[in-house]
Amino acid sequence: MDWGALHTILGGVNKHSTSIGKIWLTVLFIFRIMILVVAAERVWGDEQDDFVCNTLQPGCKNVCYDHFFPISHIRLWALQLIFVSTPALLVAMHVAYRRHEKKRQFRKGDQKCEYKDIEEIRKQRFHIEGSLWWTYTSSIFFRLVFEAVFMYAFYFMYDGFRMPRLMKCNAWPCPNTVDCFVSRPTEKTVFTIFMIAVSSICILLNVAELCYLLTKFFLRRSKKAANQKQHPNHENKEETKQNEMNELISDSCQNTVIGFSS
Amino acid sequence: MSWGFLRDLLSGVNKYSTAIGRIWVAVVFLFRLLVYIVAAENIWKYEHDEFECNAKQPGCENVCFDHFFPISHIRLWALQLIVVSTPSLLVVFHVAYRENREKHHNQKLYKSPGKIDGGLLCTYLISLTLKTGFEVVFLVLFYKLYNGFEVPPLVKCDVRPCPNTVDCYISKPTEKMIFLRFLVATSCLCIVLNLSELSYLLFK
Repeated sequence: MDWGALHTILGGVNKHSTSIGKIWLTVLFIFRIMILVVAAERVWGDEQDDFVCNTLQPGCKNVCYDHFFPISHIRLWALQLIFVSTPALLVAMHVAYRRHEKKRQFRKGDQKCEYKDIEEIRKQRFHIEGSLWWTYTSSIFFRLVFEAVFMYAFYFMYDGFRMPRLMKCNAWPCPNTVDCFVSRPTEKTVFTIFMIAVSSICILLNVAELCYLLTKFFLRRSKKAANQKQHPNHENKEETKQNEMNELISDSCQNTVIGFSS
Repeated sequence: MSWGFLRDLLSGVNKYSTAIGRIWVAVVFLFRLLVYIVAAENIWKYEHDEFECNAKQPGCENVCFDHFFPISHIRLWALQLIVVSTPSLLVVFHVAYRENREKHHNQKLYKSPGKIDGGLLCTYLISLTLKTGFEVVFLVLFYKLYNGFEVPPLVKCDVRPCPNTVDCYISKPTEKMIFLRFLVATSCLCIVLNLSELSYLLFK
């Protein structure tokens, strides 16, 4: 088990996303997770073995390594990817909850429920409106926050995004000041800049998706208000049109997430 | 190590859980299992090789490592994940037993085999209590074995055959401490979720 499981979970969530959300997901998987697994892990694989200090003092290397790398780049990225993927689950849970409620109504024999059978509820499309809109928007907001926090933590911990070749260490038990050499500094710098760039692209995509959702929301509201003024008792054909637009925004699905469908 | 079995177990358990139970599964899956596999395992990979003592005495490093790490953090973490996920199997077995009974008698005995009522509610509550109990036991074990949740960069060792007292240096102590604290935080979150689910079911 590895990142494949996360891929399965997020693949299910993909069906609820807007088109920008789907692009974000693709960027996440191809340019971040795949790069992390295929390339970055190799580059950082021998980081402590090949971290060499110019001293015979036992323990000096360990202490200096720990001083300069409180948490490895690789682990920080892995944590970032996990945290950033998590808000999408909120949406999946919300959809599963709605579906569960409809099924409950159907089983009770509620007159309001217009479905003929359980299968129809499973296949039913949920529009991104009402509380689901709020869940979706908050999930994007949290994604943004996590991305920004991790990028800042990275910058703060490593004094920028460059990996120096040589570090001067005078932590005890190293005698005086000792030169320590990092393994593959240029390659690590290249990958660090790549990951930061892709992070920034993801942040931009999230901001764009947020603006898109807000614009749609306000447009829908103003159209509704205009409709109410003109035809207060008119059968809302405009709303049906709006619903069709919403269907374009969100595909829904039969199965949301492995294990989350009831 | 293949953790696929645990993933399948948790997915199966998810079907018969309450909403809080599902959040618990998500937390265990994402913040504990996934973090363990993609990040934590690698930190402890070469812990023995990188453990260095300031002595040339053969055997001193081995003896000191064994003295300070009777069982490695990472193994204890893995054990905790397995033991804490297992009580959920009780619920799965009970539902399977119910379905078997229905098939055997060829009639509908229960409103729905997966609905949490009657005997299944009892089983569910027991599994919740066991889960919480195991979490607490492991947290206490971690605390007692490692003197709190600290990983010091330097430990002083005077076990034979080390001559007098010897300085021994642990590799990546800060990173290990960060992940250990992460483990404790997620454990506590799971305990809180279990307790709220318990009170939700008891007072429903």
